[in-house]
Amino acid sequence: MTDTRPLLLEVEDLKTYFYLDEGVVRAVDGVSFTIRRGQTVGVVGESGCGKSITARSIMQIVRPPGRIVSGSIRFHRAPPSNGNPGEVIEITKLDPMGKPMRMIRGGEISMVFQEPMTSLSPVHTVGDQIMEAIMLHQSVSKEEARRLAIHMFSKVGMQQPARTVDRYPHQLSGGMRQRAMIAMALSCTPSLLIADEPTTALDVTTEAQILQLMRDLQRELGMAIMFITHNLGVVAQMTEVVMVMYMGRIVETATVDDLFYAPKHPYTRLLLKAIPKLGSKAMGTATRLESIKGTVPHPYAIPRGCPFHPRCGDMIPGVCDAVEPPVVNVSDTQTVRCHLYQSAPSRDVIPLTPQSAAKVEH
Amino acid sequence: MTEHADDPSILLEVRNLKKHFPIKRGWFSRTVGYVKAVDGVSFFVREGETLGLVGESGCGKTTTGRLVLRAMPPTDGEIWFRDREQGRVNIPTVDRAALKRLRRNMQMIFQDPYSSLNPRMTLLDIVGEPLLVHGVAKGAELKDRVAELLRVVGLRTEYMNRYPHAFSGGQRQRIGIARALALNPQLIVCDEPVSALDVSIQAQILNLLQDLQQQFRLTYLFVAHDLSVVEHISDRVAVMYVGKIVESAPTPRLYTMPRHPYTEALLSAVPKPDPRRRTTPIVLEGEVADPAHPPSGCYFHPRCRYRIDRCVVETPELREIAPDHFVSCHRAEELELQGVLPLTRALAH
Ligand SMILES: Nc1ncnc2c1ncn2[C@@H]1O[C@H](COP(=O)(O)OP(=O)(O)OP(=O)(O)O)[C@@H](O)[C@H]1O
Ligand SMILES: Nc1ncnc2c1ncn2[C@@H]1O[C@H](COP(=O)(O)OP(=O)(O)OP(=O)(O)O)[C@@H](O)[C@H]1O
Ligand code: SF4
Ligand SMILES: [Mg+2]
Ligand SMILES: [Mg+2]
Repeated sequence: MTDTRPLLLEVEDLKTYFYLDEGVVRAVDGVSFTIRRGQTVGVVGESGCGKSITARSIMQIVRPPGRIVSGSIRFHRAPPSNGNPGEVIEITKLDPMGKPMRMIRGGEISMVFQEPMTSLSPVHTVGDQIMEAIMLHQSVSKEEARRLAIHMFSKVGMQQPARTVDRYPHQLSGGMRQRAMIAMALSCTPSLLIADEPTTALDVTTEAQILQLMRDLQRELGMAIMFITHNLGVVAQMTEVVMVMYMGRIVETATVDDLFYAPKHPYTRLLLKAIPKLGSKAMGTATRLESIKGTVPHPYAIPRGCPFHPRCGDMIPGVCDAVEPPVVNVSDTQTVRCHLYQSAPSRDVIPLTPQSAAKVEH
Repeated sequence: MTEHADDPSILLEVRNLKKHFPIKRGWFSRTVGYVKAVDGVSFFVREGETLGLVGESGCGKTTTGRLVLRAMPPTDGEIWFRDREQGRVNIPTVDRAALKRLRRNMQMIFQDPYSSLNPRMTLLDIVGEPLLVHGVAKGAELKDRVAELLRVVGLRTEYMNRYPHAFSGGQRQRIGIARALALNPQLIVCDEPVSALDVSIQAQILNLLQDLQQQFRLTYLFVAHDLSVVEHISDRVAVMYVGKIVESAPTPRLYTMPRHPYTEALLSAVPKPDPRRRTTPIVLEGEVADPAHPPSGCYFHPRCRYRIDRCVVETPELREIAPDHFVSCHRAEELELQGVLPLTRALAH
């Protein structure tokens, strides 16, 4: 099934490196993906695999010694309509501090950061901060901006919005701060919201409220969401398509259903098995967790061949440790970077290690 | 709660435990009120088992763990511990000498593997400190013992002279575990031991804790708010809400047949790792109650969708409604609450 929604963002072979005295950290090392209008894309992978830096590259907020080294990020500002080709902007060509980029950032593409305290100013009220964002992107009066800010606050479920806008970030609880961040990110009705671990710091009950809110607002505003998270439960509940990253690369892209029911990359499969699943003890299927052997290699020393080979149970000696696997299309909607799928791209049989084969029979 | 004094399988029994922190204001630090962080908590832990303790942020989990280890004195209540050498003792009332001996048998593992280790101490100092302090080993023997502990938690013995900053989060958590194990304790309070770790390292540490439990017959009080992790590691689970235990039961029972409306809401809020089962969580009205001004009657009543008039005026007692299943809700017997649905078979590896 092909998705007919118009393209919103096309990232192609993006490389963002950090130049340190000790060496070069290839934080994002040749990443390509697309996001369509209104689509929700999940991004998962171990700590340090490059999720946040991918997001920051799109926003053009990578700080030195890091910089985008190559690749392109095409933002389809306006979709094509009756013969009109639409407007496409090459983000990497824009000056990060220039006006065009500042208009896109926080306007058409906005971001919710993992730790709201780092992105809210402690010396201004949350209301002033939202009003500033609104007035930068829309030509409205101060009064109108304030009215909009209060409206956004009530939308994100903040209690007593007219009073809360006049509070400082430290006067709000963690859940309220996160809501304030989301209200700010949504105040200019972006066409793409990048949510970087937006609920990790929250309680499950508060998390549930925020996720529900994001779903409702997405339905209402039709924005696309790039959802970065460690939590596979959130991925399963929120996303349509998922990208799995490992050491700065996308190793698998799949629909959320295929990711859980037909994962291909050995890393994806191990990641799914490493997480305790709610309900497995109740069902009597609880087993010892499978941990991924070893640790993520040092970013200065990416292994030869497939970067995952030192930790992979399906590693083919002489191939995986020598040749970098190409991207293989296993179906119209699933791609995988792994030598195991190269010879017969569309086969359904999943190669298994003897150990995991024993557990699959039931 | 039933009497457990003569049940030798019970290692720890907490009865009506309270900790009220004074709120002070003004020039003379007048006490203007109390934060009822722990407000009448009762539970027990059998030897060799893991009791999970869950609940929203600020409900009193850490405070409960610290009271058990007597890191601070309780306002009220009893904590009975069956010490290997001294027999059954009430922790808040023991004298200093007895407390020092008791401390060998109770240890803690902390959430933050970065800040809980002294950056100026080597691994040898960190893991060996409890052995030195309690006069268990010194010199060459100390080194041997530390090397053995490092091997048990899967760290290389060559690392002994390194400082914590040279280790990853997962390795630091192993260091903390080695230190906790040094004196061969009976009970370990694990306060969010894997919350700061990455999923694959989290799996390694959970496996390690389970192996060590089997090997040394350890008893864990396991505090966390990730309900999947708690389900995985715990034999029984206790749910806390604003300073009180509202429900406790054997793990499979609590997850499939919760009897307290708050447990039901918590379970419904966990995002399920199954895209074929998209659920709508029960969204609780209002905010968590303020432990300085808890509501009347059942503390959960302002947010409870099942409340009746009685809930507003009368505090429900924690009572045993089935073997090992304790609930404090007036309507526990009559309500049909929803637990977690079993996972689709394909996903439950
Ligand atoms: N300012 C910086 N200087 C040097 N290296 C950096 C810097 N910021 C990030 N990196 C490196 O870039 C890589 C990718 O980092 P990134 O923050 O994108 O990871 P992540 O996938 O978001 O991880 P997490 O799940 O922990 O948030 C890591 O190896 C990290 O150490
Ligand atoms: N030393 C103290 N003085 C005053 N209040 C305190 C003190 N320690 C804890 N509290 C309060 O007691 C309550 C319970 O805190 P506690 O740390 O036990 O919660 P918790 O369940 O461990 O929460 P979390 O999940 O966030 O770790 C909170 O309202 C907290 O602010
Ligand atoms: S006692 Fe009443 S208010 Fe409390 S949980 Fe039960 S039904 Fe709800
Ligand atoms: Mg990140
Ligand atoms: Mg705590």
